Amino acid sequence: MIFALSALLVFQLAGEVLARSLSLPIPGPVIGMLMLFVALVLRGGPGEELQTTSQNLLQHLSLLFVPAGTGIMIHLHRVSDEWLPLLVSLLVSTLATLVVTALVMKLCQRSPAPSKEAP
Amino acid sequence: MTQEISQIWVYLSASPLLGLTITLLAYQAAFALYSRSGNNPLANPVLIAVFILVLFLMLTATSYETYFSGAQFVHFLLGPATVALAIPLYTQFRRVRSMLLPVLAGLIAGSLTAIVSAVLVARLLGASASTQFSLAPKSVTTPIAMGIAERIGGIPSLTAVLVIVTGILGAVGARFVFDAMKVRDPAIRGFAIGIASHGIGTARAFQVNEQSGAFAALAMGMNGALTALLVPWITTYLINIG
Repeated sequence: MIFALSALLVFQLAGEVLARSLSLPIPGPVIGMLMLFVALVLRGGPGEELQTTSQNLLQHLSLLFVPAGTGIMIHLHRVSDEWLPLLVSLLVSTLATLVVTALVMKLCQRSPAPSKEAP
Repeated sequence: MTQEISQIWVYLSASPLLGLTITLLAYQAAFALYSRSGNNPLANPVLIAVFILVLFLMLTATSYETYFSGAQFVHFLLGPATVALAIPLYTQFRRVRSMLLPVLAGLIAGSLTAIVSAVLVARLLGASASTQFSLAPKSVTTPIAMGIAERIGGIPSLTAVLVIVTGILGAVGARFVFDAMKVRDPAIRGFAIGIASHGIGTARAFQVNEQSGAFAALAMGMNGALTALLVPWITTYLINIG
């Protein structure tokens, strides 16, 4: 577990350094994820320890959003002043995004791709 | 006796121990409810845990800053967890590669829809400019969204909250939307939920199906990058026409 956690932190750190030194718009952890992905492709997969640790971490990914979510309490004022535009905007936009993304993907997948078997 | 208790409270309320412990306890209670409901999306564990915590902090008159001094240890793990998403992504790499066209098309269409629809609806309903700016990056994961909001003149901490609410809405609603649309492919379901509601959607996707989870993680990462590039010029454009 210590090895796996260190590996994740090292990739996060490397991502952070890269993001800041090149002033990329993408945050460090996402770059760290991409770098770890490339490392996995080169190495031919994660070791058992990394596999188990990341599985444990991701199983309760939702826990990690709880502290930020609780921050709603310091914005109760604005949220209660503008609750209607906020709520409707979030609802409409989230639903629209789900529908549009799924629809576009479905259409692209169904469109007859140049088949390899075709003569 | 009551004085002793209040002294203990004075100590506890100032130490990080309390914030950390109540975060874990609230989440466990929320997760138990979620499991008992048969993983019903309406019993979203983030939503319930946040509700319990806000209630507790308000009843005990504890400030968010004090709470966060303990909860930050949980918050910190978001970084390594994001990095760890590379592993399911690797496991599903073959499927991802075979779906390159739908993935890219879905990414662009979904990313644009998320930004433009949020800003336009809020403006139509008379939201203030800073609220509109805070809403624009709401579909991407918290650290990216806060960075974007800061750059374009939104309120980063408000954006953080809007991001969480968006995540919960997507995690709660996605199943009903996809079932109504007859979308059954776990890859498409996962990818769309990752575009619309980032990490919270991804967490939900992982609880349903590993392939969905991997596609959600992919979508979350790609949408984070694309939104960071798109939002600054889209919001400038939307303001010029308005």
